[in-house]
Amino acid sequence: MAAGAASGGSARADTYKDARGWLLLPSWAVLGIFVLGPVCMMLIYSFLTKEFRGGVIWEPSLAAYDQFFFDRGLFGDEPPTIEWTYITIFWRSIWQAGAATLLSLLIGFPTAYFIATRPEHVRPVWVFLITIPYWVNLLIRTVSMKFLLRDQGPLNDFLIGTGLIDNPIHIVNTNFAVQLGLFYSYLPFMVLPVYAAVERYNFSLSEAAADLYASKWTTLRRIVLPAVKPGVVAGCILVFVPSMGSFLAPDLLGGAKNFMIGSLIEEQFKGNAGNWPFGAAASMILLTMVLIILMFSARQQAKADKAGG
Amino acid sequence: MAHVNENIKSYRGFRSITLLCLVVLYAPLVIVTIYSFNASQSITNWEGISLRWYADVFTGPESEKFKVAAFNSFTIAIIAATASTAIATLAATAMVRGGNFKLRTVSFGLISLPLMVPEIVTAVATLIFFNAIGFTRGYMTILVAHIAFCIPFAYLPISARMQGIEDSFEQAAMDLYATRRQAFTRILMPLMAPGIISGFLLAFIVSLDDFIITNFVKGAGVETLPTAIFGSVKQGIKPNIMAISTMLLSISIVMVTISYFVSKSDNTK
Repeated sequence: MAAGAASGGSARADTYKDARGWLLLPSWAVLGIFVLGPVCMMLIYSFLTKEFRGGVIWEPSLAAYDQFFFDRGLFGDEPPTIEWTYITIFWRSIWQAGAATLLSLLIGFPTAYFIATRPEHVRPVWVFLITIPYWVNLLIRTVSMKFLLRDQGPLNDFLIGTGLIDNPIHIVNTNFAVQLGLFYSYLPFMVLPVYAAVERYNFSLSEAAADLYASKWTTLRRIVLPAVKPGVVAGCILVFVPSMGSFLAPDLLGGAKNFMIGSLIEEQFKGNAGNWPFGAAASMILLTMVLIILMFSARQQAKADKAGG
Repeated sequence: MAHVNENIKSYRGFRSITLLCLVVLYAPLVIVTIYSFNASQSITNWEGISLRWYADVFTGPESEKFKVAAFNSFTIAIIAATASTAIATLAATAMVRGGNFKLRTVSFGLISLPLMVPEIVTAVATLIFFNAIGFTRGYMTILVAHIAFCIPFAYLPISARMQGIEDSFEQAAMDLYATRRQAFTRILMPLMAPGIISGFLLAFIVSLDDFIITNFVKGAGVETLPTAIFGSVKQGIKPNIMAISTMLLSISIVMVTISYFVSKSDNTK
């Protein structure tokens, strides 16, 4: 049986088959009660009536979603028109996350490719170097970024000192600062899956392309990129999804003008003026968007696996 | 695979972009570390090296707040990492050594749920949950939330390790009349040690670093280091915050480095 499990491939070790239920019970209980349960509770809260000092009144209502999508005037008696405020905030979040993803791809792809083409024994060291910053507190990284980019910060001092610029560049409190912060937060998520894909890529294909007089850039575009596409798609999703719901980068680097979903949600729960059902509804809309993206990517991945044989 | 000419593999500029990538990743951390040793009262001017801001963290006017926050952070991280590592180890045993079963995919989905749901959504949901069941927010609510979302971080290295260990070792022990419990504690656990240690360390860092979920479920008056730092930074970046940040980031880097070397060590040979 042991030999079968080791060499059979599809057969799984089943020493603990009969104890499975007990072994899984703690994780099911903790995650079911404290993660899945709360998400269901949040769905219910999004359909309740708001209490003015935070919290809810247990009375079913569509007010939260209505407030999100429709404007009914100051007293709520005018014919509904589309409410653009929150849609704009969601749209900005998508746009910012998209820009951060593109930035991560532009820097992350060459990095991943470079690492994957190093000699085998040094690759883990490179990967380790790229992942270390991810494990440093996100708050500290974002604050450090802000410190570096400030008008009187080291970056501007350096640029003025070298005579490249005369006046400090304003980066903090711009859209670009937020994109840079998001890029900085999630870059390793782009590098790792792309690296894994390039590492599996068969470089004889590049050689074949070169033999047939393809230029190097043509080879990259027409041969390498399609082959590593699943890794690139995975990387883009891993950067895009957390970027969209991020709170720290827009809050610390973006200022009041660059409000994103995360800040909108946070505002509904911290402090007394919040609207819990509305915050729950905004969270549900964010979660739905994320789940759609994840499902789409899972399907793509399954398709790629099938095509790859 | 035939040896491919290096010339065909390499692209001009990719090395520079990789170096740029490392500079971008490390520059902010290095700069903050350097400035945490600045003797100056202001964060802009450099006035020489000193440890005054480190002394300030421990003895300055805000030291009491930091001490309490550090106590909360570290006790929560230790308890949460221990609990989530234990839960994850049991789950991994069922998933990797439990044969094929119907709810496998569902179980895996549930375990990775905290990784898929955006953190702010988990935070909102947890806050609503504790509110709905009438639980007063404070130390306990932070602890429970941390145990839950640390599980996948502990699970991934542990299950990866277990997949790498053939079950022939345990089978051999049981053929020699060891009970299954003995095979588990005397054979599987020691072989699993690197995976369990690295899972524990990752869970510990994730708990120690968490800001968003803690910020939602902490309730008034209870602070952890990240929430205390965030509160401080809202009024501007101060030198003592840079000192405390440098200490925290050193802890994270040391732990990740240990985790890396431990998980690389192979004791199955």
